[in-house]
Amino acid sequence: MNDVAWIMLAGALAAGSCAIVGCFLVLRRMAMLGDAISHAVLPGIALAFLLTSSRDPLPMLAGAGALGLVTAGLTDWLHRTGRIQQDAAIGVSFTCLFAIGVILISAFAGQVDLDQECVLYGEIAYVPLDLWWLDDGRSMGPRAVWILGSVFALNVAWVALAWKELRLCAFDPEMAAALGLPVVGMHAALMAATSLTTVAAFESVGAILVVAMLVGPAATAYLLTDRLVRMVGLAAVIGAMSSVFGYALARMWDASIAGCMALAIGFFFLLAALFSPRHGVVTRAWRLRRIVGDQALEPPLIP
Amino acid sequence: MNEGPLVAFAHLLADANVRAVLLGSLLLGAGAGAIGTFALLRRQALLGDALAHATLPGVCLAFLATGSKHPLVLLVGASITGWLGTRSVRAITQHTRIREDAALALVLSVFFGAGIVLLTHIQRTGAAAQAGLDKFLFGQAASLVQSDVWVLTGVTLALLATVVIAFKELQLLSFDEGFARSIGWPVGVLEGLLATLITLTVTVGLQLVGVVLMVALLLTPGVAARFWTDRLPIMLVLAALFGAIAGVMGASVSLLAPRMPTGPWTVVAITSIFAFSLLAAPRRGVLARAWRRRRLRKRTTEENALASLWRFGETVTDWTAPQSAARLAAERGLSADVALRTLGALKRQGWVERATGDWRLTGPGRSRAEHIVRLHRLWELYLSERLNLPADHVHEEAETMEHLLTPELAAALEATLARPERDPHGRTIPTPEGAR
Repeated sequence: MNDVAWIMLAGALAAGSCAIVGCFLVLRRMAMLGDAISHAVLPGIALAFLLTSSRDPLPMLAGAGALGLVTAGLTDWLHRTGRIQQDAAIGVSFTCLFAIGVILISAFAGQVDLDQECVLYGEIAYVPLDLWWLDDGRSMGPRAVWILGSVFALNVAWVALAWKELRLCAFDPEMAAALGLPVVGMHAALMAATSLTTVAAFESVGAILVVAMLVGPAATAYLLTDRLVRMVGLAAVIGAMSSVFGYALARMWDASIAGCMALAIGFFFLLAALFSPRHGVVTRAWRLRRIVGDQALEPPLIP
Repeated sequence: MNEGPLVAFAHLLADANVRAVLLGSLLLGAGAGAIGTFALLRRQALLGDALAHATLPGVCLAFLATGSKHPLVLLVGASITGWLGTRSVRAITQHTRIREDAALALVLSVFFGAGIVLLTHIQRTGAAAQAGLDKFLFGQAASLVQSDVWVLTGVTLALLATVVIAFKELQLLSFDEGFARSIGWPVGVLEGLLATLITLTVTVGLQLVGVVLMVALLLTPGVAARFWTDRLPIMLVLAALFGAIAGVMGASVSLLAPRMPTGPWTVVAITSIFAFSLLAAPRRGVLARAWRRRRLRKRTTEENALASLWRFGETVTDWTAPQSAARLAAERGLSADVALRTLGALKRQGWVERATGDWRLTGPGRSRAEHIVRLHRLWELYLSERLNLPADHVHEEAETMEHLLTPELAAALEATLARPERDPHGRTIPTPEGAR
C-alpha cells in the first residue's frame, strides 16, 4: 500500500471510531463533554511522554484514558457538590486541564517530540513514516493504523455487546435506571470509550478536530434517519467519507489534512441540514409549500 | 542572569512597552470577566468557546485579503466570522433537530478546521509575515506592540463603559428575559448588544489568550465570583477583579519567559482563583457547606439523644432518672462509642450530668428536651389532623421537623391546633414551663 492509502485508511478509521462513540454523545446531549475530554487528555499524553520519554502507545493511552475519566468525574463533582451549572463546570475543568497540558509541552518542548501545532491539528501526514517493525525485521505497516484499527474494532465490539443497554440509556436514562440497568456504569464506559478513541485519534488529527469527528458525522446521521442502528452505521460511513474527501481537498489546496477533514464534515452536515429527506430545512419548506399549494387549489368554503 | 524573578520583573517594569502590555492584560481580564458574567447568567457559558474558535478563519482571511497584520484589520475579520459562528449555532438549533451541545461542538470544530486550513495554507505559500498569526492560537503577550495595546485598551475601556451604562438593561435581560419583553423593552436589540460585547471581548483577547482558551477568561471569573455573593453588581466587580489578576499574571509569565504561551498561564491563574473560591468561600464554598452539614448532623444527634432521655423518663414519670448510655444507643441505633461521645458533648454544654455511672438530664436539659418532644408531637398532630396523614406515617416526618421548627412556627402551630393536649398516638404533649 502506498502512503496516500495509509493516510486515508488512518483517517477513515479515526473518523469511524469517533463517529460510533459520537452518536451516543449526541443522543445523550453530551457533545460538549466529548469536546472537554478531547482537550483534557492532553496533560495525560504529555505526562506519559515525560515519564516514559517515548512515544510508546500504551502509557499514552493509559495516561489519556485516566485524564478523560478525571474530566468526566471532575465535571460531575463540580456540578453536584460545587453546585455550578453543567456547562460552566465543563468549561472550567477542560480549559484548566488543557492549559496545564500546553504548559507541560511548552516547558519540555526540547525533550518531547510534540509541539503546540501537533496538539491542535495533528500530523496525519506522518502516519506512513512511523512503521511497526516486527522482531525479524518485517514491517507491518504504520503503527497508527494498527492502533486506530484496534480502537475501531473495540468500539464496534463494545457497542454491539452493550447495544440494548446503550440504546435505553441514550433515549430514556430514567427508565433504564428503573429497570435496574447499570446507568452509572454505562456512563463511565461511554466516557472511557470517548477518552480512548480521542487519544487514539489525537496523534493524527489533534485535540480540536477530534471534536469534529466525534460530533459531526453523528449529528449528520441524526438528521438522516430515525433508527439508532442506521444512525451509528451512517455516522461511521459519513466519517470515513469525510476523511477521504478531506484528504483530497488538502492535496488540492496544499493545506492541513485534518483541517480539511473537519471542513468536509461540516460540508456533509450542511448538506444533510438542508436536504435531508425528512428533516432538511429546504425539503421541509418544500413539503410545506406543496401542502399549502394544494389547499390553495381547493374551492373556498362558503358557509 | 542570576537575578531572581522578582528583580527581573522590576527591570521589566522600567520598560514602557511592558507597562502597556500589563495594563492591556489587566483591562482585558476585567472586561472579559464582567461581560462573561452576563453570558454565564444567560446559560450561554460555552457559546464563548464556539465564538472564540470561530474567529480564527476571520483572522486568516483578513490577513489574506489585506496582507496587513494591523490589529484593527484582524479584529474586523475575527468579529465577522465569530459572529457567523454564533449565528450558525443559533440557526442549527432553531431549524434542525440538533440540540445546542452538538451545534456548539460542530460549529467550534468546523470553523476551527477552516481556520487551520487557512493558516497552513498561508504558511505553505511562504508568506514570511505570517509568523505572527499562529500567536492567535495560544496568545503571546510578549509579542504585543504599541499599536496592539492601544487597540486593546481602547476597545476594552469602551466595553467596560457599555456594561456600566447598560447595566440595568443587561441585568434584566440576564435574569428575566420574558419580563423584559413583556414591559416592551427591545430584547432583540439588547441580545444583539450583549452578543456584540462578547464578540469584541473575544476578538481583542485573541492576542493575549488565544482562540483555544479564550472561553476560560470569559467564564471562569464569573463562576468564581458567584461563590462569594448573591448580588449581581458585586459579582461583576469581583469577576472583573479576578479576571484582571489572572490577565496580569499570565502576561507577566509571558514577559519573563517569552517562549511560554500566555493563554495557558492566564487560565491556570484564573482556575487557581476559582479553586480557592470553590473551597473557601464563606457561604457557598464546599468546605463551608460541609462544615454546616456536619454541625447540623451533630446537633440533630444531640437533640435526638435529649429527646430519648426525656421519653425514657416519661415512662416512669421521673424525667431526671439516671439512664444508661447503652439504652440510648439501642434506642437510637447508635454505636456505643457515638452514644458516649454525644452524651459527653451534652454534658460539656450542661444539658446532662453523670449520676452513679449513668446519665441524667439537668434542669435546663429537661426543659430543652421537653421542648424538642413538644415540637415533635405538635408536628405529628398537625400532619394527622390538618393534612389527614395516617397516624403511623407521621413519626418520620416529625423526626426531621423537630430540629427545624422555629419558636414562631411552634407558636403558630399551637394556636392553629387550639392548644392541644395529646398527640395522634395518645401521648401527652408537654407544655412549656411558663404555662404550667
